Amino acid sequence: MALQDKYRELLDTAKTAGVSNFQVIERDGVLYIDGEAPSGAVKDQLWNLYDKIDPNFLAGDVVMNVNVAASAPGTKAKVTTEKSNLNIRKGPGTDQPVIGKAAHHSIVTLVSKTNDQWWLVRTEQGEEGYAYAEYLTPEA
Amino acid sequence: MKKLLVAVGLLAATYYLPACKSGPKDADIKTEVQAALSAQPGYMGVSVEVADGVVTVDGEVADPAAKSGLQSRVESVKGVKSVKDNTSVAAPPPPAEPVIAADDPLTKGVADAVKDYPGVTATVNDGVIALSGEIKAADWKKLKKSLDGLRPKKTDPAGLKIK
Repeated sequence: MALQDKYRELLDTAKTAGVSNFQVIERDGVLYIDGEAPSGAVKDQLWNLYDKIDPNFLAGDVVMNVNVAASAPGTKAKVTTEKSNLNIRKGPGTDQPVIGKAAHHSIVTLVSKTNDQWWLVRTEQGEEGYAYAEYLTPEA
Repeated sequence: MKKLLVAVGLLAATYYLPACKSGPKDADIKTEVQAALSAQPGYMGVSVEVADGVVTVDGEVADPAAKSGLQSRVESVKGVKSVKDNTSVAAPPPPAEPVIAADDPLTKGVADAVKDYPGVTATVNDGVIALSGEIKAADWKKLKKSLDGLRPKKTDPAGLKIK
């Protein structure tokens, strides 16, 4: 239970912020935190608290898998790469061929979420393929 | 005359003794107690015996709450004189286990995640992602989110130099 005490502020915040399917398991020195955040802002808040308690996540004693509640298909998402274009691939994986690009800061349409890492999207040009979700920010 | 008295006495005993034993029969009490308990959660593993209105409950109840409520629930059944609670509380179920990804999909996911961070090497072994190399603090924050989303057993940054 020691880890739950260490990360108490984070866990309490997740509860009050309305994270659903919230699950906390402590096993072999690692705290597993799972759930669905009601918004990206809540997810960011939790990660900021994690960073505050364990700066730069150096202790390696937390695996936090809190996703933002699934956006409905048809949702628009902005390509939030640093500056480059985002590869659109034939399948979910970087081993899949690149079939198109979505421009930096362009808007794509979410077709479906294959998993937390890869989303099937349609670009403004109508190309459909898989993009790495980390670089997509759903528009509210 | 004596014989007649005995006969009358026997007759009386035959007719009146059952009447003295007023209230429901043991078998009926047993049925009622079983019904009362099965209406509540936590009493799946108990057995009920009744002798002369004394109810004996054996077996396992699911939790301490079921145990503490047993006495009053059984006593509320009509005809119960007393309750012998021989039940024990079942061991609590083992706590939930974290879901850990298998190494193959994890390795693939890790390769996708670190691809955009040259200078970072990640190896997967038995669910643990071990990182080495150099990364900017801001990038590490993004990468850690991606890696934890892959359901590793642990994300180990011990070999990583954060600038």
